[in-house]
Amino acid sequence: MNDLVNETTLVELSTLAALPFEPDKSKATLDALNEVLALVGQMQSLDVSNVRPLAHPLERHQTLRADSVTETIDPSALSQNAPLYEAGLYFVPKVIE
Amino acid sequence: MNLNFATLADLQKALRDRDISATELTQHYLTRIEALDPALNSFISIQAEAALDAARRADECLARGNARPLTGIAIAQKDIFCLQGQRTTAGSKMLSDFIAPYTATCSEKLADAGAITLGKTNMDEFAMGSSNENSYFGAVHNPWDPQLIPGGSSGGSAAAVAAGLCAASTGTDTGGSIRQPAAMCGLTGLKPTYGRISRWGMIAFASSLDQAGPMTRTAQDAAILLEHMAGHDPRDSTSLNEPVPRFSEGLSNNIKGLRIGVCREFFTDGLDPLVESSIRQALAVYESLGATLVDVSLPHTPYSVSAYYVIAPAECSANLARFDGIRYGHRCLDPENLQDLYQRSRGEGFGEEVKKRILVGTFALSAGYFDAFYHRAQKIRRLIKEDFVKAFEHVDVIAGPTAPTPAFPLGEKAGNPVEMYLQDIFTISASLAGVPAMSIPAGLANGLPVGLQLIGNYLQEGPLLQAAHQFQQATHWHTLTPPEAL
Repeated sequence: MNDLVNETTLVELSTLAALPFEPDKSKATLDALNEVLALVGQMQSLDVSNVRPLAHPLERHQTLRADSVTETIDPSALSQNAPLYEAGLYFVPKVIE
Repeated sequence: MNLNFATLADLQKALRDRDISATELTQHYLTRIEALDPALNSFISIQAEAALDAARRADECLARGNARPLTGIAIAQKDIFCLQGQRTTAGSKMLSDFIAPYTATCSEKLADAGAITLGKTNMDEFAMGSSNENSYFGAVHNPWDPQLIPGGSSGGSAAAVAAGLCAASTGTDTGGSIRQPAAMCGLTGLKPTYGRISRWGMIAFASSLDQAGPMTRTAQDAAILLEHMAGHDPRDSTSLNEPVPRFSEGLSNNIKGLRIGVCREFFTDGLDPLVESSIRQALAVYESLGATLVDVSLPHTPYSVSAYYVIAPAECSANLARFDGIRYGHRCLDPENLQDLYQRSRGEGFGEEVKKRILVGTFALSAGYFDAFYHRAQKIRRLIKEDFVKAFEHVDVIAGPTAPTPAFPLGEKAGNPVEMYLQDIFTISASLAGVPAMSIPAGLANGLPVGLQLIGNYLQEGPLLQAAHQFQQATHWHTLTPPEAL
C-alpha cells in the first residue's frame, strides 16, 4: 500500500489534533504513522459489505438520566489543578484583539 | 506464613485471627517498597502516611469485631484511578501535577470494603503500550529479571504484586493491559465483561474497550477483589446493571464435563515454541481434571489487531482532546495565542506514542477515510464478536496463550511498533468482543512465566474463575516467585 500520509496531510492532521507540526520530526512521524496505517490496512482485504458496524460490545444503549445536577465538586479542588485561575475564572491568552 | 507472597485469602484469615495486625502488614509492604522499588520503578507515588492511618483504623475495626471483607488488606492501584486529594498521573507529563478532585467508583468500593491503598503504580502513558516503556516516570522492570519488561500497560501493578510489594493490585485492560503483564510477571489477571466495573474516575483511553480488573496471585484472590470492584454505577452510562455474583463461592466445584475450546487461530507461527509447549501441557492438565477439549475457530482473529488499532486510537483522539492546558494538565510557557497554547501544551505534555495514536485516530475519523477505516473496523468488530457468540454455543471456556512470547528485554521492540502491537494479538479479540478473559500462570519458558488465557462468555466470570481456580489446585505455577533475594 502506498503511504497514506504525506507531509501535507500530516500538517492538516496536526492542526485537527491540536498538536504541533514539528518539521525536524516529520520524517520519523510520517514513517511511524504509515507503518501503523499499513498494519491496519489489512482490514481492507475482508468483505464487510453486509455487516453492520458494532459500537458497543454488548449492543446496549447508553442509559440516560434526567438533566439535573446530581453532584458537585468544591471549586477549590478544581482550581488547584488549573495552570492560571483567579476569581473563579480560567485564564487564557487574549482571544479578541 | 511468608508475608511477602501471601495470598489475599490467607491475609484475610491472618488479620481476622489477629496473627498479624493491619499496621504490621502495611509497614511490612512499605519497608519492602522502600528497599526494592528503586530497582523496579513499579510505583509512581507512595501514600505511606495515609496507608498507615488507614491501617490503624483497620486495626480498631478488627479489634471491635466489625471488620469488612477487605479490612487491613494493603493493595496498590494503577495510577489511572482517581483518588481524591492524591496525585493521579496516568503515567503522563500532562498530568504529572494533577490532584484528583474525586475518587473512582471502583477505588471507592474497594476502600468501602476495607482495602488500604499503599500507592499508585507506574503504567504506560494513558495505558498505551505493551511493555511499560512509555511512562513519563520511566520504564518498569520485571521482578523475574530486571533487564526485562514487565508487560504493559499495567506493568507497575504487575511488578508490584510479583515482587511482593503489596497483596494485590488494580489494573485496566483495553487490549490486553491486565492479561499480558499478568502473564509476563507470573500472576493472575482478570479483565471482566465490558461494563462489569464502573469506568467513572478511571482516566479514559478508549471508552468502548476500557475495563478495570484485579491483578492477584491466585484466581481465588481475583474472585474476592472482583466482588468488591464490580457493580452498577449510575455515574457511568456504560456500566452494566447486572447482579454481582459471589464469585469466591463455588470455586471449589469440580470442572468435570467443562468444555474448553482450543482456538486454532491462537496457535500461529509467531507463537514461541516454549510458550506453546506450556499451553499444551496446561490443556492436558484440564483434560486430567475431567474437562473436554474442543477444537474451535475464531476466524476473524487475524483482523483483530488491525481493527483495534483503528478503534482504540479513534476513541483516544476524542478522549484526549480534553487535555488543552486550560482547566488542568500541563500548560506551555508564554503562549502566543490560544492555538499556540493548545498545540504546545499538548506537544510538550504527551509522549511520542500517545501523539502517534492521536494522529492515527484523527486520520481514521477524518473526512474521506472514516468509512474505509473507522466504519470498517467497527464492522470487523461485529464479526469478531459473532465468532465468540458462535464458539460459545459449543464450549464453556476458550483457552490459549495470553502472549506469543515470555517477557522480552527492555528496549528490544521499542523501535518496532508493529512487533510491539502484535504482543496483544491473542488478547485484543476478547477486548473487542467485550467478553471476560483472564491470564493465569501455566509454566516457565527459559525460567520466565508463561500465561494461559481463559476467555468466557458474557457475564460468565464465575465459571472462568472456577476453571482457573481448579487449575491452580492441580498445579504449582501460581506459587512460583521471582528468583534472587526478592
